[in-house]
Formats: sequence, C-alpha cells, structure tokens
Amino acid sequence: MTDVVLAPPAKRSKARGIALIAVGLVLLAVAPFVVYPIFVMKLLCFALFAAAFNLLLGYAGLLSFGHAAFFGGAAYFTAHAVKEWGLTPELGVLVGVAGAAALGLVVGFLAIRRQGIYFAMITLALAQMFFFFCLQARFTHGEDGIQGVPRGHLFGLIDLNQPLAMYGFVAVVFLAGMVAIHRITESPFGMILKSIRENERRATSLGISVGSYKLAAFVMSAALAGLAGATKALVFQFATLTDVGWQMSGEVILMTLLGGIGTMIGPVVGAAIVTALENYLATSDFPPTIVIGLAFMLCVLAFRRGVVGELLATRWGKRLAGRSED
Amino acid sequence: MKLSAAMAAALLVASALPAAAQVSDNKVKIGILNDQSGVYADFGGKWSYEAAKMAVEDFGGKVLDMPIEVVTADHQNKPDIASNIARQWYDTGQVDAIMELTTSSVALAVQGLSKEKKKITLVTGAATTELTGKQCSPYGFHWAYDTNALAVGTGGALVKAGGDSWFFLTADYAFGYSLEAQTTKFLTSNGGKVVGSVRHPLSNADFSSFLLQAQSSGAKVIGLANAGLDTANAIKQASEFGIVAGGQRLAALLFTLAEVHGLGLEAAQGLSLTEGFYWDRDDASREFGKRFFARTKRMPNMIQAGTYSGVLHYLKAIAKAGADDTEKVAEAMRAMPVDDVFAKGGVVAKNGRMIHDMYLMEVKKPEESKQPWDYFKVLATVPGDQAYIKPSESGCPLAQ
Repeated sequence: MTDVVLAPPAKRSKARGIALIAVGLVLLAVAPFVVYPIFVMKLLCFALFAAAFNLLLGYAGLLSFGHAAFFGGAAYFTAHAVKEWGLTPELGVLVGVAGAAALGLVVGFLAIRRQGIYFAMITLALAQMFFFFCLQARFTHGEDGIQGVPRGHLFGLIDLNQPLAMYGFVAVVFLAGMVAIHRITESPFGMILKSIRENERRATSLGISVGSYKLAAFVMSAALAGLAGATKALVFQFATLTDVGWQMSGEVILMTLLGGIGTMIGPVVGAAIVTALENYLATSDFPPTIVIGLAFMLCVLAFRRGVVGELLATRWGKRLAGRSED
Repeated sequence: MKLSAAMAAALLVASALPAAAQVSDNKVKIGILNDQSGVYADFGGKWSYEAAKMAVEDFGGKVLDMPIEVVTADHQNKPDIASNIARQWYDTGQVDAIMELTTSSVALAVQGLSKEKKKITLVTGAATTELTGKQCSPYGFHWAYDTNALAVGTGGALVKAGGDSWFFLTADYAFGYSLEAQTTKFLTSNGGKVVGSVRHPLSNADFSSFLLQAQSSGAKVIGLANAGLDTANAIKQASEFGIVAGGQRLAALLFTLAEVHGLGLEAAQGLSLTEGFYWDRDDASREFGKRFFARTKRMPNMIQAGTYSGVLHYLKAIAKAGADDTEKVAEAMRAMPVDDVFAKGGVVAKNGRMIHDMYLMEVKKPEESKQPWDYFKVLATVPGDQAYIKPSESGCPLAQ
C-alpha cells in the first residue's frame, strides 16, 4: 500500500529534478553571452568552493574555518606545476587536487578529534600555519604571488586561451564537481554522514567508525575545494596570498550561510550573491565590504536558513522539492 | 549535447566580437584601479582618481579632438577582482590604459594581462621592482617609487647624514627581507653598519619587546622594514617608549604623507622616510597641492601626485604620437622627458621605469609645523640615477 501511495510523488519529483537540472544547464550555456565570461568563470569556481565547503558543514555538520588553505593551496600547486614544470592544464589541476587532498588529510586527521568550536579553531590554526608557510616559501613568491601562469592546451589539443574553450573547461569542472557532491550526499556514505551530524553517539553505538567517516568527508571536501582553487588559478593565471588568507575561509562561510546550509543549490546562489556584490560594487560609490557585511547581518537576523533554505521552507518550495520533511 | 551546440553558436558570436572592438571608439578612456575601502584606502584611494581627473582637466579635457574619460574601481586588494575588472574594461569598456594599481600582486597581475592584451599600464601604487625587472612589459610603466628607491633614499642618504649604525625591525616575509637586504646593501656601501635585526610576524600588534631590543642595541637608526599598519604601530609604540626623544632615529622604509597625517605629528615626529614628492617643495608643487587640497581637503602624497603626472604624460604622448595606438603611445612615452609638478627632468627608461629624484624627509616636531599638512623637512635629494636600478641591470629583457 505505502508503495502505491509514495510512487507518484517520487516520480514527479524526479521529473522536477530533471527539469531543474535542464534549467541549470541552459543557464550555464547562456551565461557567458549575457554576463562577462570571466566573471561567470570566477563565480563557478567560488560556487564549487562553497559547495565543497557545504559538503562538510551541511552534511557532516563540521564547521571548518580553514578551507582557504585547500582552495589557495591548490591554486599555488597548480600554478607552480603548470608554470615551472610545464604540465598540461588537466595534469596541473590534478596536482592541485592531490595537494589539497593531502593537506586535507593532515589537517583533518588532527582536527576531527575535537568538535564544535574546537574543531573550527584547530582548522583555523592549521590554515594560518599554511598561510605563513605560503608567505615564506620561495616558490610562492611572497606577496607578489605566482604570476603569468600559462593556460596552455587541454590534453595538448584545446587552446584554453580562447575564452569560450576556457569557459567550457570551467563549466565541465564545475558540473563534475557538483555531480560528485550530489553522488556523495545521496549515497549510503552521505546518509551515514547525516546520521553522524544528527547524533554522533548513536552513530557510534550502531557500530559506525565515526572518525573514519568524518576524515573521509573532510578529505573529499578539501579535494573539491582544491579543484575549485586549481581551476581559478588557470582562469586568472595567477595564485596569490588572497586565496589562502583567513578572510577567504570567512568568505566561503558567508557564501554558504547566505545561500543556505545543507542544500545543493544554496552555496551556488550564495557564491553568486557575494561575488556579484564584490564585483559590481567595485565600480560604485558603495564600499563593498560594508554592503556585504550588512547583507550578512540581514541574513542572520531575518532569514537564517539562507536564500535557498528559506525558499525551500515555503509551501511552494516544498512542493518543488517534492517532499514534506527535510 | 546542448552545451556543445551552444558552444558552436558562441564561437560564431565570439569571432565577430574582436573585430568590433578594434574599431576606434573616438575617445580616450583611462581606468584608475586601486584599493578604496581597505588598508590602502588612504595611500592612494579615491584621491588618486581625483588626481587623474585633475590631470585630464589641466590637459584641456580633449586629446586629438577626442574626449577623455576617467573611470575608477575598487579592487579591495584582491587580485582576482582586479583582473576581472581589468579584463572587462579592456574587452567591453573601451578602456585604453589602467593606472595606479596599488599592491604588488594586483600590479603584476594587471600588467601581465595588459602585456598580453597590448594595453598600457602605469603603476604608481605598488612598490615591487619586479614590474620593471623580469616581469617587465613593453607597455608597462612604473612611475612614483619602488623598493630600491626607498632603500637608497632611506638607507644610503641617511648614512651620509650621520646615521651610520642600524638596527632593523623587519616584517617576517619576502617584502620585509628584500627591503632589509636592499637597504643594508646601500648603507654598508656608504660606510654604515648593521648592529642587529629582529623579525616580527606580519600584522603584529605588540612591538614592545622588539623596540626594547632595538633601544638597547645602541644603534643610531632603527629601520622599519615593514609596511602599513605594522609601521604605524611600531612608530606609535616607539614614541611611547621615548625612542626618538632618547636620541635614536626612526626610519620608515615605506611610509607617506597620508600615513603621517593619520598618525599625527606627536607620534611621528623625528621619523625619517623617503618619498618621490612633497607638496611644499617648490612653487609649482605648492600651487598643485593647494588645488588638490581645494578638491579633496588633503594634500597629495607621491602616489596621488604620481598618478596626476602619469595621466598627464600619457595624454601628452597620445598628442605626440597622433594616435591612441598602444605601440606608438608607449614609444612616445619613452621618448619624452617628464617635466611637471611631480618630476623635474624625469626619464622613462627602456624597462618602463620612470627615473626621477627622490627626497629623504624628516617629520617635523609639532611646534615646527606652521600650517596644516606642514609635516616634512627635506633632508636630502637623491638623484634619480642613484635611486633606481640601472635598466641594464634590472633583469628586464627589453633593456638588455
């Protein structure tokens, strides 16, 4: 009986999901002709970064205050690999992702031993250590940054100096990252993460090795954040200290909060809001930092679930999502 | 599938775009890109934009009968925002040249991009010698100062004025080391010696232990090889410890009129620093300073006056070249001497470095200051050819 009742909404929600994805794909294809392409690429990189961060905060309930280390670290690794070792862009990105994952393994291994504010502080402290490493290390060129990184030819064939080829590459990386995050959160692995988020002790009592799951989630999140940073280094052709500073860790939290924690689309929307404000206020008379600060205060005071979170909480949003709980 | 079809359509559209951009747009557009809300908001900030507008007005508002427009943006000290805006300005905003460019990472990024896009950049806000060194550009110019000029001015000239033993307070990163190393080179070649140095972390709040070390070292000069807030904090705390009152000299390696104004004479008195410009230098600079003050309620420092000079020189070069074509304008900019309120007999070298005199200053005591913004005594003038790295030794391939 229950099956019969449940089947139609599930089917309908699947259809809606496909429709939403189609809308997203069309937006992605049209965007570079409506908005300045470099801006869209930057937005996609930050959206992926925020989504990777959200994987940890939204699904495993771990607030990392050091994600800039993975984002900016990967940018440095990729920039160095492409510029100094002459690797092709896809290999350069792989180097960046691998570096970020390795960094995530070290930071995560130490940080998951504590919870809540202590977890956040340990990640912040380790990320700051990495920041000072980048400040001092020779290969990062201090505050000058690694400049003039060649975009090169993808697989030795496609010239990424063509704006649209670069856009296509970024869009594919973004989609791959989002699909990976979706797969992770919908898998049994993701379910276990959610159960740990809801009640860690009960998860332990059910025989789940909580530590390993947390560490795995941390490394995945770091690797995906690294993917975003590595791609950004190729888009802008440099890697600088801005990307490893604690402000960047704060910015990604802001993006996720503004968009909506624990939703697929929320971090993307949040990233779009923050990068658009930063970019378009730059040429206006309003100081960007103050306006973004006000937006954050408004979000905390008035809509705590973030833009997408609040939308999903409305009756219309619930119907769109095709489910009443969650 | 959908994507690739769109890509094909996109390629068609894109191939039509550059052709349209090459059509002369019948105006000269200059972009002033710098930090207007962050830590360097006073260093250049919106005042540089004002200085650029003054230059355009003084030039007559038109060049080759084409109107001149100045636009501005706040890069918030983030290279990616700066790069994004710069690309957008070039690709869709019809901007011909970008100037000011505070902070090294931003300046290098935008100069690199402009080299690729064949557009002119003129940096007044950043210090790194890389701009006219290995990463130099045939269309890139570096105008107001650089780390080498600051080191020669403060290090070399101060030794000649009697400050022959030094103790360094150095910010613990590449910028600090290079300032310390360059200054050490010039002060030892002038007969000075370094009696000690200590490294402090970046963004340090408490300098007391470092300052006490410096005080007890007995050095005649305490050199501050740091920047921004670190320098300001060190100066404030040094005045609390009575270091200058006790007979030691404090020398800041990167500090300008704007920051002295922020600190106040009480804290900053006796400080030595090097700048490329001082408004109370001669009649022309005083006249310029007064006009700038009437618009902004502040006197210009070397960044703002340098931006004025850079814009003016760029416009003169367009007039001389008879076109706003990047190659021709860059050539004309190199060929003409720079003679204006900012620089006397300035020369633009092959590597893009504008070589002009620098001034070693001392901040006045509060009782010596006769009017608002009367802050500096000029201790020495450092000739341009000594202040800057010889183009042939800069590492720039264009100057070999």
